[in-house]
Amino acid sequence: MNEITNPKIILKDLNFHYGSYHALKSVNLSIPEKKVTAFIGPSGCGKSTLLRTFNRMYELYPKQKATGEIILDGENILDAQQDLNRLRAKVGMVFQKPTPFPMSIFDNITFGVKLYESLSKRDMADRVEWALRKAALWNEVKDKLKQNGTSLSGGQQQRLCIARAIAVKPEVVLLDEPASALDPISTAHIEELIHELKKDYTIIIVTHNMQQAARVSDYTAYMYLGELIEFGNTDMIFTTPKKTATEDYITGKFG
Amino acid sequence: MLSLYARRRLINNFNLTIALLTMVFGLFWLVWILWTLVAQGFHGLSLAMFTQMTPPPGSNGGLLNAIAGSFVMTMIAALIGTPIGILAGTYLAEFGQRGWLAPITRFVNDILLSAPSIVIGLFVYEVYVASVGHFSGWAGSLALALIVIPVVVRTTENMLRLVPNSLREAAAALGAPQWKVIMLVTLRASTTGILTGILLAVARISGETAPLLFTALNNQFWSSNMNQPMANLPVVIFQFAMSPYEDWQRLAWAGALLITFMVLILNILARIVFRQKTPSH
Amino acid sequence: MSKLFPDTRLKRQHLLDLAFLNITRLFAFLVFAILAGIVVTLLIGSLPSIKAFGFGFLFSPEWNPVTDQFGALVPIIGTLATSVIALLIGIPASFGIALFITEMSPRWLKRPLGIAVELLAGIPSIIYGMWGLFVFAPDFAKIEPWLTDHLGNAALIGPLFQGPPMGIGMLTAGLILAIMVIPFIASVMRDVFEIVPPLLKESAYGLGATTWEVVWHVVLPYTKIGVVGGIMLGLGRALGETMAVTFVIGNAHELSASLLMPGNSISSALANEFTEAVGPLYTSALIELGLILFLITFIVLSLSKLLLMQLSKREGKQS
Repeated sequence: MNEITNPKIILKDLNFHYGSYHALKSVNLSIPEKKVTAFIGPSGCGKSTLLRTFNRMYELYPKQKATGEIILDGENILDAQQDLNRLRAKVGMVFQKPTPFPMSIFDNITFGVKLYESLSKRDMADRVEWALRKAALWNEVKDKLKQNGTSLSGGQQQRLCIARAIAVKPEVVLLDEPASALDPISTAHIEELIHELKKDYTIIIVTHNMQQAARVSDYTAYMYLGELIEFGNTDMIFTTPKKTATEDYITGKFG
Repeated sequence: MLSLYARRRLINNFNLTIALLTMVFGLFWLVWILWTLVAQGFHGLSLAMFTQMTPPPGSNGGLLNAIAGSFVMTMIAALIGTPIGILAGTYLAEFGQRGWLAPITRFVNDILLSAPSIVIGLFVYEVYVASVGHFSGWAGSLALALIVIPVVVRTTENMLRLVPNSLREAAAALGAPQWKVIMLVTLRASTTGILTGILLAVARISGETAPLLFTALNNQFWSSNMNQPMANLPVVIFQFAMSPYEDWQRLAWAGALLITFMVLILNILARIVFRQKTPSH
Repeated sequence: MSKLFPDTRLKRQHLLDLAFLNITRLFAFLVFAILAGIVVTLLIGSLPSIKAFGFGFLFSPEWNPVTDQFGALVPIIGTLATSVIALLIGIPASFGIALFITEMSPRWLKRPLGIAVELLAGIPSIIYGMWGLFVFAPDFAKIEPWLTDHLGNAALIGPLFQGPPMGIGMLTAGLILAIMVIPFIASVMRDVFEIVPPLLKESAYGLGATTWEVVWHVVLPYTKIGVVGGIMLGLGRALGETMAVTFVIGNAHELSASLLMPGNSISSALANEFTEAVGPLYTSALIELGLILFLITFIVLSLSKLLLMQLSKREGKQS
């Protein structure tokens, strides 16, 4: 079922444990470069857990462990030698709820950039503008870059977080239900943005909204109870799924 | 015979009346104490209080050296205690999920938080005053700092715990090392809360008398040398109030009014700072 | 990639991370060390007294600097008795205040009342002492004969209320401590009463329960962990309070059944005598008093922690 020719990330026999709970069961998957891949499935199916293995975010918490291989650009990122900070600079992430830092809009964007690049003042300002333009936020905030990031509306905050994530020029962007806390108009903004971004980035999005997955993604993976049930071209998953479990979920017969 | 319902209503009314009376009871003491302070302290207030030294009995004077001494020792105590408290509290909140040190420290900190302040004074006397051989401003500051530390540890930990994990994840997701995540994001998000804790700690130590009795002691004169016994408001108030001299007692009441006023101002300030906390978190 | 992220920079970040972790850990350890330091220092200071008097120190009412005979019974009893009086008055009063603020007060009055309670908590203890000695005690001396007349001949508690009406003494100290612990206990109770889910209260009201029944049968059981915590906080303050007690307890090392008689507490014995103590044994006996006071608060707090853990464990099982 994998017709992926240019995989950016390859998962081999990935297992995940929260303490004694087996959350991901032997997942094998190839994620194509510069495409949008969506993970769908009922809540608790492990789609967010899977997403959080790509930047090893789970390492912040005790008793969480991933085994197997996640190969990004030929390098196993689960390797103990892997530098986490470097990995996370390469794999950006945007969260379910907006997470503006308690600092100005400008400083929000430069926070990540300053970690790994020493830019002149001029270059830094250019980078901020570039990132905000990419996130379709520039016109709304260009006159108030000194304002606190928390003063923006929810939808603007989320686009600020996207701008912040792409300002460090990652190669992969992880989106964890990025629109679930937003109103329909802001959601539409974010979806347009995803379309724009896939020209330059490999995007992986987790969503519980099937229409959204159908609208924004090129490939879709359906997960259930920690297992990858089916993966393929989004059109194919939504029109002619091979497994009945997938079909039941897509058509709402699930549960 | 009362019906069941009538009896229930009677009990309810009776108990609620008692509750009302306890409220009055509580307010009664507050009003009485504050009224006493104003009535006794007000006529002792004068410009001389802020410009002259504590007098020998029978002559006029002020509380300048005591006010200055209290101010200096309180500030130094806050300067010593605050960074220690913030760092220890940071450990408990940010690294405290693993290992044995955090749960023990948390428990120990709760003990210190309610430890009798006179015992803190006794401790500083034994380890510092007794070994250098004399009372000093440093010893007083040290004793007060030991009271500041647990308060700041507690507030820092609580405030950091209020910072949503998603903010930590967002910073880590950009590749930030943990120390930068904590210093630039989580501590910053809790600034107002921690500041409130510091203000409350300062409010508490500026009224503390017991730990200063065996450490800073007192000084009749102006003292800018932290290695000498140092005048301070609470101990001056204590000695003057217990003295048989009327002019000393008058100064004690004026000092009492001043110190209460200061402490209450600090408490109100802390509340205002806390209310300015951005509601987004 | 390697150009963008030079390895030296990454390595430096790792070192800084490690340094940061260890610095914070060091200061957390310092908090632990302070407590250990207090216990060890007081223990060393007490050694001469411990050697001279042994366990008998705890049970001897003798306190004579002239003959170098010391016992801790009087101040221990004073500390415990005044704290018990404070709680006996403070707990019901705090409960009533919290009940009034959360359930009865009109909305506009809640904030001012809350602030008033916290003002009471903010007043420095030396102020309570001065007020107690110069204002409260003379007035209280006028009430004491009435107490003696009406309670002095009662069974069991009678002897507690016999004696000359001096105004100062254990009962006065206990009363002032009660006023001091009320704001602590009341504000904790108020805070926990306010977080009771409205739905829970409404369901009880919906069954026709009176305000009192809702508070007694629903709010109080729901918040008992917080309430116990607040009481322990108040007890901790009462046990260690120095200045307020020193002013009004009378500072007499004499054992008396009457609460109207002057007594002594551990903290006020320290405050009055420590800087004037002459002779190593006298000083050491006072330090041992400090050690005992510290151990009492330590034990009370540990027990309350254990109790709270038990309570919350049981709650966890129920739900």
